[in-house]
Amino acid sequence: MLRLFPILTLVFMVGPVTAGLIGTFLPSFGILPALGGDGASLDPWRALLAQPGLWQSVRLSLFNGLAATAISVAIVMLFCAAWQGTRIFRAVQRLLSPILSVPHATAAFGLAFLIAPSGWMARLVAPFMGWDRPPELAILHDPLGIAMVIGLVTKEIPFLFLMTLAALPQADTERTAQVTASLGYGRITGWFKATLPRIYPQIRLPVLAVLAYSTSVVDVAIILGPTTPAPLAVRILGWLSDPDLAKRFMASSGAVLQLALVLIAMAVWLSAEKIIGVLGRRAMVDGRRLAHDGWLRHVGAGLAIIAVGAVILGLVVLFMWSIAGFWAFPDILPRNFSLRLWGREFGALGDSLLVTLMIGVPSVLIAVALVLGCLENEVRRGLRRHKAVMWLIYLPLLVPQISFMFGLQVFFTLIGLERTLTSVVLVHLVFVLPYVFLSLSDPFRALDPRYGQTALCLGASPTRVFWQVRLPLLTRAVLTAMAVGLAVTVGQYLPTLLIGAGRFATVTTEAVALAAGGDRRMIGIYGLLQMLLPFAGFAFALLIPAVVFAKRRGMGGMGDRGGNNAT
Amino acid sequence: MKDSMTTSQTPEASKSQHAQHAQHAQHGQDGLELCDIAIRLGDRVLVDLDLVIAPGEIVTLMGPSGSGKSSLLGHICGTLPAAFDVQGAVRLNGRVLDGLAPQDRHVGILFQDDLLFPHLSVGGNLAFALPASIKGRAERKARIDNALESAGLAEFADRDPATLSGGQRARVALMRVLLSQPGALLLDEPFSKLDSDLRDQIKSFVFDLARQNHLPTLMVTHDPEDAQAAHGRVISLD
Repeated sequence: MLRLFPILTLVFMVGPVTAGLIGTFLPSFGILPALGGDGASLDPWRALLAQPGLWQSVRLSLFNGLAATAISVAIVMLFCAAWQGTRIFRAVQRLLSPILSVPHATAAFGLAFLIAPSGWMARLVAPFMGWDRPPELAILHDPLGIAMVIGLVTKEIPFLFLMTLAALPQADTERTAQVTASLGYGRITGWFKATLPRIYPQIRLPVLAVLAYSTSVVDVAIILGPTTPAPLAVRILGWLSDPDLAKRFMASSGAVLQLALVLIAMAVWLSAEKIIGVLGRRAMVDGRRLAHDGWLRHVGAGLAIIAVGAVILGLVVLFMWSIAGFWAFPDILPRNFSLRLWGREFGALGDSLLVTLMIGVPSVLIAVALVLGCLENEVRRGLRRHKAVMWLIYLPLLVPQISFMFGLQVFFTLIGLERTLTSVVLVHLVFVLPYVFLSLSDPFRALDPRYGQTALCLGASPTRVFWQVRLPLLTRAVLTAMAVGLAVTVGQYLPTLLIGAGRFATVTTEAVALAAGGDRRMIGIYGLLQMLLPFAGFAFALLIPAVVFAKRRGMGGMGDRGGNNAT
Repeated sequence: MKDSMTTSQTPEASKSQHAQHAQHAQHGQDGLELCDIAIRLGDRVLVDLDLVIAPGEIVTLMGPSGSGKSSLLGHICGTLPAAFDVQGAVRLNGRVLDGLAPQDRHVGILFQDDLLFPHLSVGGNLAFALPASIKGRAERKARIDNALESAGLAEFADRDPATLSGGQRARVALMRVLLSQPGALLLDEPFSKLDSDLRDQIKSFVFDLARQNHLPTLMVTHDPEDAQAAHGRVISLD
């Protein structure tokens, strides 16, 4: 029975991706009997190539994806190199979970409210510049996509930081830093020469996931990205939503092109890695120490704090708009506050929260059960994790969502599940599973195996050991994984929209839909509403173990990742 | 989540097993028999040993770390990973242990850490070990209170294990093993993490109880003082 869990997990994770890719690939060559596409043809591709500004869209996606990834990785590496093991490092570490739980769309809205010509930052400098109306600058939706890149960077930094933190202990970094320092190396140089080469292999997959995401993102692009033309993924969504069903064929070709684009971006990235590797190996032994790197350390801290601060400040401004009465430019604060809009929207807010939970709760529960089953199976059968498994876990995060969502829609229609709650839960599961697995596997494997052995030797059955020993010891880790999973399902835009065919109005689909309208008060309300569930999830993950194990000191100071050891 | 190995057992099953094991005892030899045990990892022979430990006897196995002492204990209680290649047979009071699940072997083990479950109270830890065949809340509580009293820890049942001293925790860990009614006791460097002033006291506590309960006891250690304190046979692995 337990052996079925890894298979089921794989089916739920890889199955929809495969079915979706096939279901996208065939229509891109004209094959989709349901819409009258009976024979193979290149017409969809001809139509796609005839789209005005196609190459501009392609270029935007490719360059912005690579740029956002490179900048995020650079900032995270610089910050870790400069500040690992210090107080500021631990302070940023503590802010991680709450910031990670902010959905992409919320962060993007917050950033928009900060940097828009009529945004909060312009209001701050307005008195000095003598502005009495918003400057005429195309800051949001700028044709180069700079705002979009910044938006992506602020949200990718926390994710990459978390992944780097998980890799650090394996390289014995604290002592490595002592050794390089005693040899006269500056902090940053020592870290880049002695630590980075050892941890990079472990963060390569997360980096590629960030690259795939940034190259094919839809929601952030709608909120911050260029519009004439938009990046490729946004245009594909437009064609998929077109009332003219014939456009679906061209959209499929676009989706295949998007997949190719992500693969090209990965190839570029991996080649750059190789080149940097060759140059780096030479630099590693050239003896240059850059002992006085104080200024660079401050740059690193500055960039990380700006990125984190932008998300937090963005949330504050979202909140202010949601309760703002009259708020003219260039006032820094609204003239008055009002809860009128919250009151008016109250019913609608409750409905979208309910829909979000209806999708999220089953996805998270199924995901946690499957992942626990996989990990328990691993422990009981003494299996070691194979390297290829990590690629499979990352697969849903490496394939662009837009490239398999349409095909998956077709597939669900074929098996009669189109537009049902089941299909939406299943598609959310595809993305919740990898994150729950990543979040739970480390603490599970770090649990001292002798607890289990002791319990077995005391006569407890393996089933009892799981329910009465391992699971309680991992309470905090399991709850944290649930919170992570919930944050992931709440943030899903494209899958909810396309697989649900608009029938499921979650807080995120509602919020992104408001982007075009530009009603700041409504955006403020829905942006905050998106935050509510992930935040509550993480709060419960902290509170429940604290209350349940209030009288068990050994269950307290187990660190953020929970349950490592109790002695 | 149902267990694939279907190893969970009802109290009845465990009772009948006890009965069987009593029968076997008449035919086979009492105590813990390790018949021509050879443990290999790859091409390396870690342990090669033939040994019988009588009830109440304490045998010490000495050897440097990495010599496979702990692997031998793992093999006896059935938790050794499959990567090891093991030959020979293990019998406890005439019953062959090889092939049995760990929970069906009735072999207790103490590690150098007490490994008290941090989510349970002291009493909860002991109740976890007490077989389900001992029924009735009052009866179970009495057994636990008795055990605590004999360890000099009366009134400790509701305490959080994390609030106990190292010596107290070590005693609770031993009582936990004894309450599970083992047929043999394995000690994996059980004293190495204790403060030196406590060590002698805990040693005699463990050894005395092992003898009183007529448990064949196998201790692995690299500390010659442990071996001396055990007053038993000493076998060197190297």
